[in-house]
Amino acid sequence: MLLIHCPYCGEDRPELEFRHAGEAHVVRPDPISEISDEEFEAYFFIRDNPKGLTYERWRHMHGCARFFNAVRDTVSDKFVTTYKAGNPKVEIERGEDGIARVKGDGQ
Amino acid sequence: MSGTNRIAGKGRLVPARTVSFTFDGRRLTGVEGDTLASALIANGIHLTGRSFKYHRPRGILSAGPEEPNALIDISRSSNTHTPNVRATVQEVFEGMTAQSQNRWPSLSFDVGAVNNLFSPIFAAGFYYKTFMWPKAAWKHFYEPNIRAAAGLGVSPKEPDPDRYANRFIHCDVLVVGGGIAGLIAARAAAETGASVVVCDEQPELGGALHHEIDTRIDGQEGFVWAQEIGSELAGMDNVRVLTRTTAFAYQAQNMVDLVERVSEHFANPDKLVPRERLWQVRARRVIVATGAIERHMVFAQNDRPGIMLASAARTYLNHYGVAVGSNVAVYTANDSAYRAAFDLKQAGIAVPVIVDARSDVDAGLLAEAEALGIQVLTDHAVVDTKGGLRLKSVRIERVGGGKSRTVEADALIMSAGWTPTLHLYSQSRAKVVWDEESARFLPGKAVQEMVTIGACNGTDALDALLEEAANAGMEAARLAGFAGASGYRAPDAESLTSRRGALMGAAPGAGPETTVKAFVDYQNDVTAKDIRLAVREGMHSIEHVKRFTTNGMATDQGKTSNIHGLAIAADMLDKPIPQVGLTTFRLPYTPVTFGAIVNHGRDRLFDPTRKTAIHKSHEALGAVFEDVGQWKRPWYYPKAGETMHAAVDRECRTVRETAGLFDASTLGKIEVVGPDAAKFLDLIYTNGWQKLAPGRCKYGIMLREDGFIYDDGVVGRIAEDRFHVTTTTGGAPRVLHHMEDYLQTEFPDLRVWLTSTTDQWSVIAVQGPKAREIIAPFVEGIDISNEAIPHMSVREGTVCGAPARLFRMSFTGELGFEVNVPADYGRAVWDALWARAQDLGACTYGTETMHVLRAEKGYIIVGQDTDGTVTADDAGLSWAVAKSKPDFVGIRGMKRPDLVASGRKQLVGLLTADPKQVLEEGAQIVADPNQPVPMKMIGHVTSSYWSENCGRSIAMAVVADGRALMGKTLYVPMPHEVIKVEVTDTVFFDKEGDRING
Ligand SMILES: [Zn+2]
Repeated sequence: MLLIHCPYCGEDRPELEFRHAGEAHVVRPDPISEISDEEFEAYFFIRDNPKGLTYERWRHMHGCARFFNAVRDTVSDKFVTTYKAGNPKVEIERGEDGIARVKGDGQ
Repeated sequence: MSGTNRIAGKGRLVPARTVSFTFDGRRLTGVEGDTLASALIANGIHLTGRSFKYHRPRGILSAGPEEPNALIDISRSSNTHTPNVRATVQEVFEGMTAQSQNRWPSLSFDVGAVNNLFSPIFAAGFYYKTFMWPKAAWKHFYEPNIRAAAGLGVSPKEPDPDRYANRFIHCDVLVVGGGIAGLIAARAAAETGASVVVCDEQPELGGALHHEIDTRIDGQEGFVWAQEIGSELAGMDNVRVLTRTTAFAYQAQNMVDLVERVSEHFANPDKLVPRERLWQVRARRVIVATGAIERHMVFAQNDRPGIMLASAARTYLNHYGVAVGSNVAVYTANDSAYRAAFDLKQAGIAVPVIVDARSDVDAGLLAEAEALGIQVLTDHAVVDTKGGLRLKSVRIERVGGGKSRTVEADALIMSAGWTPTLHLYSQSRAKVVWDEESARFLPGKAVQEMVTIGACNGTDALDALLEEAANAGMEAARLAGFAGASGYRAPDAESLTSRRGALMGAAPGAGPETTVKAFVDYQNDVTAKDIRLAVREGMHSIEHVKRFTTNGMATDQGKTSNIHGLAIAADMLDKPIPQVGLTTFRLPYTPVTFGAIVNHGRDRLFDPTRKTAIHKSHEALGAVFEDVGQWKRPWYYPKAGETMHAAVDRECRTVRETAGLFDASTLGKIEVVGPDAAKFLDLIYTNGWQKLAPGRCKYGIMLREDGFIYDDGVVGRIAEDRFHVTTTTGGAPRVLHHMEDYLQTEFPDLRVWLTSTTDQWSVIAVQGPKAREIIAPFVEGIDISNEAIPHMSVREGTVCGAPARLFRMSFTGELGFEVNVPADYGRAVWDALWARAQDLGACTYGTETMHVLRAEKGYIIVGQDTDGTVTADDAGLSWAVAKSKPDFVGIRGMKRPDLVASGRKQLVGLLTADPKQVLEEGAQIVADPNQPVPMKMIGHVTSSYWSENCGRSIAMAVVADGRALMGKTLYVPMPHEVIKVEVTDTVFFDKEGDRING
């Protein structure tokens, strides 16, 4: 079971309290009614499925109920960071030790 | 007497504490602390089972959890039993009944052994090749018969009578393994004040010290030291010592699952004591000290009862005081087997020969053997064995061939070296690396907050191991935040035991040039020959070899066999072992009972049961309940002697003639509040909400972004900034989730707040011509005349004095009200309304009648008449989709080419030619019943009922271009007939819709 840091509660809480909510930073086109079929396909159906770092959304369902973003390594299941919904996409870099960190955080 | 092979003065058990048990009906005596295996060997019994495929007689191989052969069915009473218990792990208790498995009619005479004669057809891949044709025969003949013949014990048929417990704990340092390394690490970590958990699978701590009596620590026998340090640890407030506890899974973020066998060893466990306890441990740091497992030698006929691991023989002697035979030969490629031979010899057991496959053997060992009068044959191999149900002799040859000699022996103990136990390490997702120098896989770089120490880390020298363990303990505590220096100093220790030497794969004399039956995987009956065959047949990946041969796929997961299998495959492929690679270590490390995993989550605790506040009144009224999600809902209310059909007909009639009461409390309810509430609903629903006046209601449908119907319900506007939203019963949580998602992440600027109120309101639907008359005396503060509260209105006031939201709405097509009162008042209000309704000749009705009545009116149920691929237009609900709104969820998806193309399945009504015939829901519809099979299916029935009010059956269906087929005849082919139906609109009753305004 994962331990997940809720950026709103400021707490590490067990996975049982959370619900996964799909890929993060998928922007709903505006105005959505104007987009082409291809744009709709890209927005609604096409998802990354990386081996490695993935940006995803979680919801602290049985806590504060807020949606937030997370960066997780799908190989190790390790969370690099979590941050509030609406915040810009966090940039990640891998150090020489192979460990992924938020860019600028250093070691 | 506790067995003829019990040696006076040997072992650590107290001989006077005897226990009585049976094995295959034979009454035997063991000693408290015995495993079933040690007790059987003490009684001269090695034969414990028949092998999986060939039904070959098999004996006890090991003295630990790696046991592949001795799987036994255990019971303590007649009404329950546990199959596939490892005799080497299960402790005996007074009154235990043990039964061998996989044999018929008896262990010593087994009909299935005929398989052994036909063994050529059971070679690797035989399942795939032999039994695949004809296809149906697999299911009906081969598969059941193979299972019957090759079963692994019989599952109990009764529900599990035992209790299981579950605990979540957090600690600073978890130490897995209570051998020397684990104990020292735990002690060093504990000294700093860090919270420490140390677990070990055996009843006592000590690990290899169980058999290594030559290892002395701080001047005393290692095992004694281990017990002392164990009680020292147990006495510390910050330490928890768990014995009989197996760490079976290493999960993400340092969560390790342990299973503790709490009462499996008691004769009469207290009913309040769980059988097993699942510990889910979240540790800041994990120290893996899981030791190593000895490998067997792979040679011809290496599976006769009496042939076992050398360390196991040593454990039986030194811990249990049991000799594994009276004349014990040794076959080894490793130094440690010599110690076993010496211990046996010194205990007075004859050791006719040590056969060592190596030519270069430590001179000290040879000298010691000579001093003890044991013959050693280096550069020799055991090439064959004899003996039916027990080993009788072994045949020995010089490596490379030559004259052979036969040596009598009733036991052969063997060692091909030690495999580091990397299962947990590997489960933590770290990679193993091949160590060329010691020719074995060792831990690489940890990927979680963990470290491996001791034998599993390849640390062989005792001095190095002591230092490594003490440092690991202190370092783990420091990394967990305990900076205080540990005052602990590793003890002084010395040992004669060496584990030098290794042989992987087939022993000399069982190589590719031979056709001998040399077992690699005992439990799955895989021989060296099978693995070579797999490679020859093109399996070049070790994962393929594993699946083709089933090597390592039995319940022991190849603890003794994987490395041998890999080495044989590598040899055939002419590749170095690391290039062939190791198969993945999967959890669990050892088999875990379903009971421990399911734990409390069974029976009534499997899933929550939700009951409405009015539930007890329904029970008093004799309601039959149906499960709707987690809810218990009244299905129908039969009168004495009434069938379901009769009850539903009566309820349907009564509602339309008089009135009925229905508990609608399970409907999802969401309070949508805020200055932008109407704007928000405009985005969530397809229709518009800005113009809805307070006090009025509207039916709304919501789509997913892909344009399909997601949910529907009636929404009432309570005030400018306040809406009372209802959802389907099953849809409540996901609709709130969906709304929250859009509110929080797509439209965060809207000032709107969402609150689930499903459980806060009791909802009583009062439907039918007398609905107004029923509620009238109870309503205060609301004018309930038709003019004052027209259809689709909502008012606030009181009902029976309770604050209420009174909806004028209908899911039956009749004059109707839905009385919403706070749930605490629900039952009282229901009872009051029912008393009056009853006097007026009304009824209570359940979900079945509700379904029929709504179908008579053509009202859809999302999830029944829709299935996630139905658009608003498909369901005939285009009128509920606003044309002029710039945006709502699904506005673009619903215009996708496939969703607007012709030929889509549209909701229509169906009337059977025979009005008495009720269609089956889900039945397929065709245009031409005479077309050849497979027919073209153009739709299916979604709802179908007998309608008492229409005096005939009615149905709804989705049919391709159905609305263009009005009046046409279609067909529903069923197994025994083809049913003729006419396509109609979906309103079957009161087509004008006047009754609703009554
Ligand atoms: Zn939170």
